[in-house]
Amino acid sequence: MATTLFTRKPRELSYNPKRPVWKEKPSALYQTVKAVVLIVFSLSILTPILLVVSTSLADTEQLVEAGGFVLWPERPTLEAYATIFKGPMVLQSLGVSMLVTAVGTILALFVTITMAYATSRTVLFGRPVILAVLFTLLFAPGLIPSFLMIRQLGLLDSLWSLILPGIFGAFNFVVMRSFFMNIPGELIESARIDGANDWQILLRIVMPLSKAVIAVVGLFYAVGFWNSFFNALLYINDHSKWPIQLLLRNFVVQGSGAADQLGITTTPPPQSIQMAVVVVALLPILMVYPFLQKHFAKGVITGAVKG
Amino acid sequence: MNSTTEQAPALPEARRVPGPPGGHASGSGPKKRKRNKVPQQSFRSRLRRDKQMLLMMLPGVAFLLLFFYIPILGNVIAFQDYQPYLGIGDSLWVGWQNFVDLFGNPDFIHAFWNTLYLAAWQLVFLFPVPLVLALIVDSLISTRVRRIFQSIAYLPHFLSWVLVIAFFQQMLGGAGFVNNLLRDWGMEPIPFMTNPETFPVMVVVQMIWKDAGWAMIIFLAALASIDASLYEAAAADGAGRWRRMWHITLPGLRPVIVLLLILRIGDILSVGFEQFILQRDAVGAGAAEVLDTFTYYTGVVGGGWSSGAAAGLAKGVVSALLIYGANKLAHRFGEDGIFAKQVR
Repeated sequence: MATTLFTRKPRELSYNPKRPVWKEKPSALYQTVKAVVLIVFSLSILTPILLVVSTSLADTEQLVEAGGFVLWPERPTLEAYATIFKGPMVLQSLGVSMLVTAVGTILALFVTITMAYATSRTVLFGRPVILAVLFTLLFAPGLIPSFLMIRQLGLLDSLWSLILPGIFGAFNFVVMRSFFMNIPGELIESARIDGANDWQILLRIVMPLSKAVIAVVGLFYAVGFWNSFFNALLYINDHSKWPIQLLLRNFVVQGSGAADQLGITTTPPPQSIQMAVVVVALLPILMVYPFLQKHFAKGVITGAVKG
Repeated sequence: MNSTTEQAPALPEARRVPGPPGGHASGSGPKKRKRNKVPQQSFRSRLRRDKQMLLMMLPGVAFLLLFFYIPILGNVIAFQDYQPYLGIGDSLWVGWQNFVDLFGNPDFIHAFWNTLYLAAWQLVFLFPVPLVLALIVDSLISTRVRRIFQSIAYLPHFLSWVLVIAFFQQMLGGAGFVNNLLRDWGMEPIPFMTNPETFPVMVVVQMIWKDAGWAMIIFLAALASIDASLYEAAAADGAGRWRRMWHITLPGLRPVIVLLLILRIGDILSVGFEQFILQRDAVGAGAAEVLDTFTYYTGVVGGGWSSGAAAGLAKGVVSALLIYGANKLAHRFGEDGIFAKQVR
């Protein structure tokens, strides 16, 4: 897709710590505006997260005193978590989400790697297949036909309906393929002369060289599977097969939406329990985020430059 | 993209053995091959040579067929009076009737205009934010501040919409944090989340919160690829901060801006499906009904399969036309757009 987006290779993203001599010193006003924008934006992101985590850890007494929310738990307790894990719902939906994420990511990596490797070399039908993938970026089949397809396959109310539609993404394909294309052909050629077949080349040569990009694309898929809620809304009726996101939507978003409309101040389930569910859905993302953050920018830029 | 120059030159062509097992390595098009006088192998021998590669493509191709191309064909039910028990084969064909009904349906017309209205809000207020943020971040000299800000700003992109809406409700909802404070201070609570009139603002704020930081990345990369000596030369010629931005930075960002605008335009009718479906109950269908939610509620919830499919198809076709048109326009202005004239 993005083709001559950057004519030159982006220069190193680390910056010279010193201001270049030709650059004038910014005015105090400009500096202040910049600082305010950055600080406000950062706080707007951090505050809700802090609020939710703190509220989930606060004890009842402090919650009542504060009227529902706290920014810092004075006597942190895990009571709320103990409560939500007592019932079967949260554990079940966590299990569903984990299963879908694990199986989905492995399948997605398999499909994407094989497809990207095959099309990264000159190969029969290579170009029509690439075009077929790129076309998916332009047009979507639509909600109803996709739904009918899943129903036709008999996947309604089956966890496969959450996995299969997500096992291939055009963007991830482009990133992966552009990485594979940069692996020197000599390497592959020499392996072939030594008698390796295409599968062996992929497994022994290409994949070990691409660990970083495979990890990043894998994480992208994993985050996608973990976060997806709409497929579950469409295809899953059975409560015991709800993923965590759908549970969150039905207990927290819709629950307090109703409270909003009624204008009541105290929602029936105590705040900390709702917040604990939020944290449970949030935690895995927070845990993989440092890793994602380290690598994804590179991945995104590779995709855009080479695509 | 200039495919031939970018790729690894692979083997010298003369060393390539015609016939199996030929090299997959060279990515050269037919043109180059002609120049190097390597004979084109027959279809059959290429098929044999590429057997395993074709096998590798199989899962992906199967996916595309099953979840993309066959469902596209499934859109024919938009021209039928589709009944689930009859199936596509036996349902009655009604021609354009579904579309005629659709455009006579005030709910659909409402959803359509509402989509455009919300899209306009997004285009005007959402699009510039990442650009401004990127300019600010790019001008930061301290690497540490940059790092910290980037780590914070990228995070919400990885949260699901369900989580984002939950956060917003806890902060701004009727029983949320801010309104609790307002009550404590003896003021009237403000219905941020449930007021249909301010809903477009809320939608844009949520989108900025979730994705503005992330959208910054591509601008930052583009900024980093601008030749620094241009700035120095301009400064030596006496150009101030704003002139440098106008004459160097913005022209340097032009391809990226055009590209992102095209993508945005192609996406304009999918204003943010999950976001709306999550909030439709709170603000009501009047403000939050868009084409996608209309399709969902008519088709899947209401069982009006054919009219739902018709609405979806109309939206898909208009989107594809928009993206195609925008791309043409970009070519006219001398930009590459998303689809360069050739795909390698």
